[in-house]
Amino acid sequence: MTRLLEGANNTRTPLDAHEARFGSSANLSISLADLSASGLTGHGGAGVPTHLKVAFLRQQSRGVGYVVVNAMEGEPASQKDRTLLLNNPHLVLDGAMVLANLLDADSVLVCVPRNSKDVAIAVNAAIAERGSRKLRGPSFELFTPPDRFIGGEESALVSWLDSRNALPTFRPEKPSLLRIGRRGVLVDNAETHAHVGLIARRGPDWFRQVGTPEQPGTALVTVSGNGAPKILEVPYGTPIEQILSGAGVSGSISGVLVGGFGGSWISGRDLATPFDNHSLKSVGASVGAGILVALGPTSCGIAETARIADYMARESARQCGPCAFGLPAIADDLASLRVGRGGRQVLKRILERCGQVDGRGACRHPDGTVRMVRSALSVFATDAAAHADGRPCLHATGARLMPIPHATSAEDLEWS
Amino acid sequence: MSRRSEQHLVVNPIRCDGFGHCVELCPELITLDEWGYPIIAAEQNLNRPDVHQSAKLAVKGCPRGALEIRRVKGN
Repeated sequence: MTRLLEGANNTRTPLDAHEARFGSSANLSISLADLSASGLTGHGGAGVPTHLKVAFLRQQSRGVGYVVVNAMEGEPASQKDRTLLLNNPHLVLDGAMVLANLLDADSVLVCVPRNSKDVAIAVNAAIAERGSRKLRGPSFELFTPPDRFIGGEESALVSWLDSRNALPTFRPEKPSLLRIGRRGVLVDNAETHAHVGLIARRGPDWFRQVGTPEQPGTALVTVSGNGAPKILEVPYGTPIEQILSGAGVSGSISGVLVGGFGGSWISGRDLATPFDNHSLKSVGASVGAGILVALGPTSCGIAETARIADYMARESARQCGPCAFGLPAIADDLASLRVGRGGRQVLKRILERCGQVDGRGACRHPDGTVRMVRSALSVFATDAAAHADGRPCLHATGARLMPIPHATSAEDLEWS
Repeated sequence: MSRRSEQHLVVNPIRCDGFGHCVELCPELITLDEWGYPIIAAEQNLNRPDVHQSAKLAVKGCPRGALEIRRVKGN
C-alpha cells in the first residue's frame, strides 16, 4: 500500500515529477469540513484528530501566524519522517500550504533535527523550487532545532522557535494555545501534513477507503528487530504480525515495543492485534509515532527496557523534580534488575516509583517512560521474576537490539 | 454546584523546587514523594472552608510561587 511513499526510490522527487505523480500543487485547498470528514488523526504520537486542532485555532481572536511542520522525530526507533522528506518533500509542503491557507497563516516553518543534514538539504531544495514557481500561499522556511528526544514535543518545539530554548512548558489548560510572539501556531507532524496534501487532491471519501472507521488511511511504520529498520506504509488496522513479516522480521518473537520508547511492550502472543489505536487499547498500547521493535529469542526484554529507561532518564529536560529524580532512580533499579541484583524488593520499588512519577511532569516524557517500564514488567513478568531472584537470562548482557543514541552527559545536552 | 467545587489546587512542576512548605500548610491535599516534591491529591474537597483555607495558605507560602488554585471546567 503506497500513498505517501508512491514512487519513492531513495532520491528526492523534484517538483515537476511530484506534480506529474500526484497532480498539480497549484490551487490546492482543503475545507475544514473535508478535513473533518476524512477523519485524519495526527501521526506524531498523540493521535489527535487534525480537524480539532485546526478548529480550535480558528476560534482564536488574534489569528494564526504560523504552521509548523514537525519532523523532529526524536524517537530513536523512528525514521519515517526523514524517509518521507528525503523522498516526497513536496507532499509534506503541499499539506502545510493548504493548512496555512485555511488558517490565513502566512508562514510555514519546517523543523528538521540539526544533525539530519541530508533531510535539511532535501527540504531546502524543495522550498527553493516552490519559490521559483510562485505558488499561492505562505512562505516556507527551514529550521534546525537541537536533536533531543523531547525536541519535537510541541511546546518545546514552539518554545525553541520563539526563544531558542527547546524546553517543554507547563500547560494546565487543555487544549492550550501555542504562540510565537503573539500569534497562534498550528503544529502537525510531517506525515500528517503529507496526508493533508493528498486529501486536498483526492477528497475525504478516497482517504477513508483504507484503514479503520475510527482511524482511516495509512500510516508510515518504522519496523526494526533483526536487521536494519525498514519503513513501510500500511493501512491502519493491519495485523501487527503482517507488518512484521512485510518488513522481513522472522523467527520467534517474545515481545514487540509498540509506539516508541514512550510506548508499550506487547506480548509475542498478541501479534494478531490490528495496528490501530482502538484495537491496541485492548493490549495497553497505541500506535504512537508508528514504531514497532520486535524482540527476538536472543534478546532480553528486561535488558532492553533498562537501556531505554536509562536513555529516557538522560533525555529528561530536568525541569520537573519527579522526572529529573524519578527517571534516573527507575533506570538505576532496572540496571540492578538486569544483572540480577536487588531481589524481589527492587521489582516492587520500580512499580512504586512508576506510580510516584506518572502524570507529574509538565510534559508527557515521564508518563511515557513509566508506561513503557510498566508494560515491560507485565509482558516479561516471568523474566523479571527470574532476574529479581538472581537468575538473569543469558542475553541480559548480550546483543543490543535498541537503536539508542550515544550516551551524552547531562552537561553536554544541547537545548538551544 | 457552588463555584468553589469547580476549583482545583495545581502545582506547576517546572517552578516547584521541592521546598516542601506546602505539605506543612496543606497536609489535607499534599504529600511528598521520596525526592521531596509535592503530590497533590486527585480528589479535592475545596468546597470545605477549612480545606480551602489550607490550600490558600499553601499557595501563599510557596517560595517559588508554584502553586495555584485554578478553576477547572466540568468536574
